[in-house]
Amino acid sequence: MIRNRNLPFAATVLVFAGIYLLCVLQFPTMLSFRVAGNLLTDNAFLGVAAVGMTFVILSGGIDLSIGAVIAFTSVFVAVLVRAGVHPAVAFALALTLSTAFGAVMGMTIHYLAMPAFVVTLAGMFLARGAAFLITTDSVPISHEFLDMLKSLYIQLPGKGRLTFIGMVMLATFVIGMVLAHRTRFGANVYALGGSQQSSELMGVPAAATTVRLYALSGFLAGLAGLVYTLYTSAGYSLATVGVELDAIAAVVVGGTLLSGGSGLVLGTLFGVFIQGLIQTYIVFDGSLSSWWTKIAIGILLFVFIVLQRATLLLPRRSGKAVAFTPIPRGG
Amino acid sequence: MRKLKRLAPQIVALVLVLFAVTLAVPGFLSISVQNGRLYGSLVDICVRAAPVALLAIGMTLVIATRGIDLSVGAVMAITGAIAATLVADNQPLVVVLLVSLGIGLACGLWNGALVALLDLQPIIATLILMVAGRGIAQLVTGGTILTFNDPAFSFIGSGALFGVPMPVLIWLVAGLVVGLVVRRSALGLLIEAVGVNRRASSLVGVRSRFLIVAAYAISGLCAALAGMIVTADIHGADANNAGLWLELDAILAVVIGGTSLSGGRFSITASLIGALIIQSLNTGILMSGWPPEFNLIVKAAAIVVILTLQSPTVATALSGLRATFGSASRSNSHEPTGKAGARAK
Repeated sequence: MIRNRNLPFAATVLVFAGIYLLCVLQFPTMLSFRVAGNLLTDNAFLGVAAVGMTFVILSGGIDLSIGAVIAFTSVFVAVLVRAGVHPAVAFALALTLSTAFGAVMGMTIHYLAMPAFVVTLAGMFLARGAAFLITTDSVPISHEFLDMLKSLYIQLPGKGRLTFIGMVMLATFVIGMVLAHRTRFGANVYALGGSQQSSELMGVPAAATTVRLYALSGFLAGLAGLVYTLYTSAGYSLATVGVELDAIAAVVVGGTLLSGGSGLVLGTLFGVFIQGLIQTYIVFDGSLSSWWTKIAIGILLFVFIVLQRATLLLPRRSGKAVAFTPIPRGG
Repeated sequence: MRKLKRLAPQIVALVLVLFAVTLAVPGFLSISVQNGRLYGSLVDICVRAAPVALLAIGMTLVIATRGIDLSVGAVMAITGAIAATLVADNQPLVVVLLVSLGIGLACGLWNGALVALLDLQPIIATLILMVAGRGIAQLVTGGTILTFNDPAFSFIGSGALFGVPMPVLIWLVAGLVVGLVVRRSALGLLIEAVGVNRRASSLVGVRSRFLIVAAYAISGLCAALAGMIVTADIHGADANNAGLWLELDAILAVVIGGTSLSGGRFSITASLIGALIIQSLNTGILMSGWPPEFNLIVKAAAIVVILTLQSPTVATALSGLRATFGSASRSNSHEPTGKAGARAK
């Protein structure tokens, strides 16, 4: 049973290893700490946001507001810092705002019984609109505190660097794994995703879990915004459009079922890595256009979803196959 | 009469939006005939609403089957790119139209097959094409913005027939055809049955798979039409921006139209009015001189208000209130209560 549950995750790791092997065979230099370090740095904001998305999807929901919240946080922080506020204060304010924003969306979803899809869609418009309202210009920022954060890196062999934002991403994944697999909250999230009705009957606090869940997603989207601000040293309200789709893709490719209730936080890390690897490959190749990234991710999504479908169906075939068996006359 | 009652909240909302804009912009409602075609802000709204209105027609059917089609924006980009390539290649108009519609149909069939045959969740199934679609469109145009100069094809975007701009004519005819087909036959009822309970409808012999595939196919066709209108309008195909985020506007139009995202009862007319409401908001904000940055905020606020009124919790609470206070609350009920009351019925 456990093997079955972890099958999608095993497939993800296998695909990652396979793609990396192909890359290394063609470009031996890709097997270096430098590339590995860049993979972490370049995808740090996506990774942080994807952890939040993993929780939301595990609960059977979806959060479309992530990209807009990242953009809002980065603009918000950039404008505050430009106005003379200390970055640490701006960071704290931004995280508080984004967490509250997520919590409000969670409350709306639970108490008004509205689909998460539409609520977070409205949230996406709201956050993006708020970012536009602050400024539509790209706001470059520089501050010794930010420089200090950027100088915090661990030197890896071969000129590779594990940057501060890379470490933030890895730490987020570790904390996310503990939260998902070792706490009551995590168990509740899985239970909600399995079946909201049964979990409520078993005493899972659906309201508190849903609100905390979206607050967590908002917090992590805010954190991703801070990481993005550090990464680009600027705030821009038109940035990170569509990151929510990348995050969803990373979660799905990472082996989490979109219907909720099954998946691993660690899988999402590999989902992010696979996307990053495809991008790195395209950069190394030089002749391929960047739009191949989208097509490749689309194909991967398709393959993974069909694989998941197959692994879900296989164990049921032997027993009750009612739910998915075509009804002869109705087919 | 019953039909009018169903559409009342949407019509009232549209009138309110138009009224608010008229207060800010005098002369907003005036329509004149110049050079043998209609001119005016209202006509402009109908023209600009064409892509979302077309998408909303297909999206209504898809959502009625308890699905969702996230790929329509990307399908617009693909068909736009293909139409532009063919036009630039001096192909006859018939070939351009047929091939573009065929591609849209193929995209719809792909989505439908994933949802109906592989039993994938609609959000995910259509996400695949949404992510990959823009890449495919880029591939078709070679990464450039493909421009062309062809009066025959441009007519779709900027021409006019009997004084009515072509885009308006296209979405009206499409809405009429689809609406008549589903409502003058049992198809609409069967689609609603699939949306309410797919398993049960299959058990009573409804061909649920066929209906689901058909809904996505129509959605693909509508997206192809919308893609061609946008391409013909700007005389070029922009794979990056054509139809960007229009899937969200289309879903919004359907939701404003009162069709529930959990499937079942649907109304194409209400969705079309929803599309007009969205476009009136956009045009209104632009014309009343507000900074366009407010656009998204106003849109978000409108969604929140409309959806809160439609949400089951609020609807139950309001109908409970009405039952308690009886006719007293009805006589002094303000507009929102009336809207939710109509929904709750």
